[in-house]
Amino acid sequence: MKKQVIALLTAAMLAGAMAGCGSGGADATTAAADTTAAETTTAGDTTAADTKAEAEDEAETTAAAAGGEGKVLVMATNAEFPPYEYHDGGDIVGIDVEVAEAIAGKLGMTLEVEDIAFDSIIPELESGKADIGVAGMTVNEDRLKNVDFTDPYTTASQVIIVKEDSEIAGPDDLKGKYIGVQLGTTGDIYASDYEADGSTIERYNKGFEAVQAMQQGKIDAVVIDQEPAKVFVSQNEGIKILDEALTVEEYAIAVKKGNTELLDQVNGALAELKESGELQAIIDKYISAE
Amino acid sequence: MSEKFRADFYQNFIEDDRWKYIVNGLGNTIKITLFAVLLGIALGFLVAIIRSTFEKTGKLKLLNLLCRVYLTVIRGTPVLIQLLLIYFVVFGSVRIDKSLVAILAFGINSGAYVAEIFRSGIMSIDNGQFEAGRSLGFNYTQTMLYIIMPQAFKNVLPALGNEFIVLLKETSVAGYIAIQDLTKGADIIRSRTYSAFMPLMAAAVIYLVMVMIFTYFVQRLERRLRSSDH
Repeated sequence: MKKQVIALLTAAMLAGAMAGCGSGGADATTAAADTTAAETTTAGDTTAADTKAEAEDEAETTAAAAGGEGKVLVMATNAEFPPYEYHDGGDIVGIDVEVAEAIAGKLGMTLEVEDIAFDSIIPELESGKADIGVAGMTVNEDRLKNVDFTDPYTTASQVIIVKEDSEIAGPDDLKGKYIGVQLGTTGDIYASDYEADGSTIERYNKGFEAVQAMQQGKIDAVVIDQEPAKVFVSQNEGIKILDEALTVEEYAIAVKKGNTELLDQVNGALAELKESGELQAIIDKYISAE
Repeated sequence: MSEKFRADFYQNFIEDDRWKYIVNGLGNTIKITLFAVLLGIALGFLVAIIRSTFEKTGKLKLLNLLCRVYLTVIRGTPVLIQLLLIYFVVFGSVRIDKSLVAILAFGINSGAYVAEIFRSGIMSIDNGQFEAGRSLGFNYTQTMLYIIMPQAFKNVLPALGNEFIVLLKETSVAGYIAIQDLTKGADIIRSRTYSAFMPLMAAAVIYLVMVMIFTYFVQRLERRLRSSDH
């Protein structure tokens, strides 16, 4: 009995400690991002009084720092998603990074890129650790519950990659097959609908791992965004993108829910970039026009 | 406040039957851990016997060398990399049950640690016990089996329990090869609902409860073994 009590106490202390260490700042890792999200939720539904107070203090400070006063625009992304964002040497580059840089330029701010796990981007925005989430994100209802989205800056589709000799010819053939996706991406959400049809969805942490597993014959198809799919297909022999896409949708930039000031600023900058043709130029630079 | 808590709970576990990710994940975690533990014990036992036989008698020189290589490599590299290597390289071009890959990876990994735990137990028994066994007419195997092992096992039980607790929690990296274990189950919910607290807490509590149950049984076993002390 005594041991159980001690265990519970330890758990409670741990929770307290987690809430206390949320000030990770710009170099926050995934772990830190998760912690913050946990802390935000604690603040929302609260049981422990001081945990709440601490978390709220924190939220205030970060919110103040993010509120445009500072000249830094923190962009959260997951740099595993070429050509939208990926590592090139020591830098993170890609369409999203350049678009965000252009926006930051319009707003007179400097851009800071934070590379975190894709499913930590929204918690990071909610906690105020990042200002904008630019990671090839599709607008959907679940995400809209947690963040606001700007106007779309490009369109993309979820395509199906298969081996060249595959019998899968279209979305209907995915039924009952092993489908690889990247966890938390739109492709994951849409492919998961096929679970009801007897398909098995294998959720990899990285898109290329799903492609690799398919090449090794471990799974039958990969559902992923069109642009990274093109890169994967161009770099690997023996795989192809099916002509018929699974879905077509629009990418937009996510900001913290209710931060209309930033939302309007980014929308304004985006509109200017569209008008001047800069946006298209950035996209064309990475995606060779076909 | 409790309203929000309930809404969060509903969104994370009830909506779209999301609790199934946790339950299925738990099943996979238990399956992987259980078989990895068995494999680990078998491997560890074998290696420990070879190593301590070499140390006591100087026999099995080549096998001992092999075992030392195994220990060095397995203990010297992260289990996650071993898991990825087995999945993407060793079984590079075959469709294989992923649970099997995980059981192999974690079992082989655990075996290295268990081997050293067993060996420390065997070496901790005074040599006089061994000599006594031999002078009673037991051969080497019999001495090991009836005199050394029972005493050694009692000594290593806490360390062994420790190793299995570590193993249980270590299986949480199985998600890297797209196995849907308990941690991955929580991750999937998190990627759908974008709330971290509920799914991660649920997973954490389940791990904690499993470890507590396991610890309880190890303690009972320890107490029972101790009854022969007097």
